[in-house]
Amino acid sequence: MSTTPKTLFEKVWEQHVVVEPKGEPTLLYIDLQLVHEVTSPQAFEGLRLAGRKVRRPDRTIATVDHNVPTTIEGRLNIVDQIAAKQISTLRQNCADFGVELYDVNSREQGIVHVIGPELGITKPGMTIVCGDSHTSTHGAFGALAFGIGTSEVEHVLATQTLPQSKPQTFRISVEGKLPQGVTAKDIILAIIGKIGTDGATGCVIEYAGSAIRSLSMEGRMTICNMSIEAGARAGMIAPDETTFAYLKGRRFSPQGAAWDKAVEEWSKLPTDPGAKFDRELTIDAATLVPYVSWGTSPGMVAPVTSSVPDPAAAGNDLDRKSFERALEYMDLKPGTPLDKIAVDRVFIGSCTNGRIEDLRAAAKIAAGHKVSTHVHAMVVPGSQLVKAQAEKEGLDQIFKEAGFDWREPGCSMCLGMNPDILAPGERCASTSNRNFEGRQGRGGRTHLVSPEMAAAAAIAGHFVDIRNWEVREEVKA
Amino acid sequence: MEAFKTLTSTVAPLDRTNVDTDQIIPKQFLKRIERTGYGDFLFFDWRQTPEGKPVAEFVLNDPRYHDAKILVAGKNFGCGSSREHAAWALSDFGFRVVIAPTFADIFFSNAGKNGIVLVRLSEGEVETLLRNAETIPGYKLTVSLQDQTVTDDRGFKASFEVDPFRKYCLLEGLDDIGLTLRHAAELDKYETQHDHATWLQAK
Repeated sequence: MSTTPKTLFEKVWEQHVVVEPKGEPTLLYIDLQLVHEVTSPQAFEGLRLAGRKVRRPDRTIATVDHNVPTTIEGRLNIVDQIAAKQISTLRQNCADFGVELYDVNSREQGIVHVIGPELGITKPGMTIVCGDSHTSTHGAFGALAFGIGTSEVEHVLATQTLPQSKPQTFRISVEGKLPQGVTAKDIILAIIGKIGTDGATGCVIEYAGSAIRSLSMEGRMTICNMSIEAGARAGMIAPDETTFAYLKGRRFSPQGAAWDKAVEEWSKLPTDPGAKFDRELTIDAATLVPYVSWGTSPGMVAPVTSSVPDPAAAGNDLDRKSFERALEYMDLKPGTPLDKIAVDRVFIGSCTNGRIEDLRAAAKIAAGHKVSTHVHAMVVPGSQLVKAQAEKEGLDQIFKEAGFDWREPGCSMCLGMNPDILAPGERCASTSNRNFEGRQGRGGRTHLVSPEMAAAAAIAGHFVDIRNWEVREEVKA
Repeated sequence: MEAFKTLTSTVAPLDRTNVDTDQIIPKQFLKRIERTGYGDFLFFDWRQTPEGKPVAEFVLNDPRYHDAKILVAGKNFGCGSSREHAAWALSDFGFRVVIAPTFADIFFSNAGKNGIVLVRLSEGEVETLLRNAETIPGYKLTVSLQDQTVTDDRGFKASFEVDPFRKYCLLEGLDDIGLTLRHAAELDKYETQHDHATWLQAK
C-alpha cells in the first residue's frame, strides 16, 4: 500500500485537526500555550468578563521575562510602576486561573522561549503558541510553533484551539560544511538577507540539509527563532538523535517506557522522501560568512568584509526611500567598510542567542582579552538555569575578568521594555533579532550579529571578522 | 467587534515599507494592562520628537489627514512583534482600513480580530494611491468589503481578495470564541482521544 509522502509540517498539522468546517479555517488543537506578562493581561480580562475558565491549565505555562530588570537590586524593587503592575497582574491571573508561573524569584525563570525547551516542556510534534512572535524558536524540535496576538491568546486559554488557515510549505536546505567562524546566526541572517523580510510570508519554513543537521539544538533554535524575521509563520527542523539527546532526562521529558514510546512516535515525524513543498531553496554552506546588519530591518545585512551598500541599488522609489531613511537613522554612509564601524554598547543575550552554547562561544572569544575602554558590554543569560550552568563552568568569571557586565536573566536589551536600553545615538552590536528603529531604545542603533561577533566587537571596539580572531585561552566546558 | 460594510474616507499616505509593529506602537506602551486607549501612542516615535514636540512633516500630524480612516502604506506592513496593541492603536486612532501590497501574517490576524479591514493591492496601485493622497486635496477612497473593491470618484477602481470566512466575520462583526464553541462536542471528543498521546503532553 502506498501513501502520499508528507512533510514534517503536514504530519504535525494533520494530527491536530479538531474539525475542518466547510468554508471556514481549520480548528487546530494546541498542545501548549506559553504565557508572559506583556501580551496576556487583556486575554485573562476577556475570560473574566465572559465568565470563562482556562480550559487546560496543564497545557499552559507562564513566566515573566519582557519587563523584569536584569540586576538583583532592580528585581527586588521594580521602580517602573506600570511594569510592576503588569507583573503583579500576571501573578494574580495565574493564581486565579490555576496556571503554573515561573516567577521572578523562581530558579527556573527565564525567557519564555528558553525555558520551554530547557525544562523539556517543548516536544517534537507539538503545536505550541505564545503571544510572542519568536515562538517560532520551538520549531527547532519539530514542533509547529507560532506567535499569536492577544485575542488569540484568549481564544486558546478558553478553548485550547485556534482557527487557522493552512500555510504553505517552504523548504530551505543548507548543504555542506559550515566554514570556521560561521554560526547558526549567520545562516539565518544570510537567509533573511536573501529572501527578504517578507520572503516567507504565509509559509512554514522547514530548514533541512547537512549544515542544519550538524547544528546543536541551540543553533537550531537560533535559526527557527528568526523565521518570523523572514515573514514566516513558523520554522521547523526535523527531530533526530540530536533532538532526543537534548530532551532526554529534562524535567518534563517522558521517562522510562514513556520515553521509548515518545522517541518512537517522534521518529515518525521527519519529512518523507519525495514529499512536495510549495517552495524550495538550497544554499551552499561554503558560501556563507559572518554577517552584520547595517539597516533598520533584519533583511538589511551584509558580510562583515563588505561595506554599507548604496541606496541607488534599491529596486523602486519606495524601497530607495526606506533604504535612505535607514542609513540616515543608522548614521551610516554608503561605502563605509562594516569593520570600521565603532560600537558603544554590546548586548549578548535574548531568545535568539541567550543559551548556554551562545555564552560558551562568546566566552571563548572573550577569554584573556579586555573590553574596549569606550564600550559597555552586557551578557544576559536567557534563563536562571543558563546562568547557573554558565557560573558552574566559570564563564561568568571569564566575562567579568574581560570587563563584561554579567546580569540576571530576561529579555533585557532585545526590546528595551525594562531598564536595559540604549541612549539616543548609541550604537550596539547585538545578538538579538530585530534592528528596528528604536527597538533597543529610542534613537538607538542596532547591528545584529552572532555571539562570537558581538564579543569580538566588544573587545576591538568595532566590528571585526571573527574568522581572524586570536583565541587566547582554551575555555573548558 | 464592530461590523464593517462600506467606508468612504480621506486617505493618509504613509510612504514607507516594512512598517513594523514596534513603530506602530512602541514598547513603552505595552506595559499597560488595558485593551483601550492606545490611539494617542500610535506611531509615537514618528509623531513626536524626544522632547515631545510634534514632527510637522509626519503624515498623521498633517491637518489634511486628521479625519482619515484609511491608511495606505508600503509592502510588509505590520511586520515584527506579535503585539495586538498595534491593531488596538490603529483602531483606537480611528483607522478602519489599511491598504498595502502585503501584510505580515500575525498582524493580519490581529487586525481581523479588531474589525480592521486589510486590503492588498498591487505595488503599482499602492503607489498611485500614495501619490493621489499626497497631491490631491481632500482625496477620498471608498472601500466596499461586500464588493471587494476600492474606488475613488476620479475613475480609480481596484478589486482585492479576501478569504470568504474572514469577510463573513468582518461583515457580521463576529467574535471568534463564540464561533469555535459551536464545535464544542467535536472538541471534547478530539481532546479525550488526543490526551492519550503522552508524548505531546506539556508536563
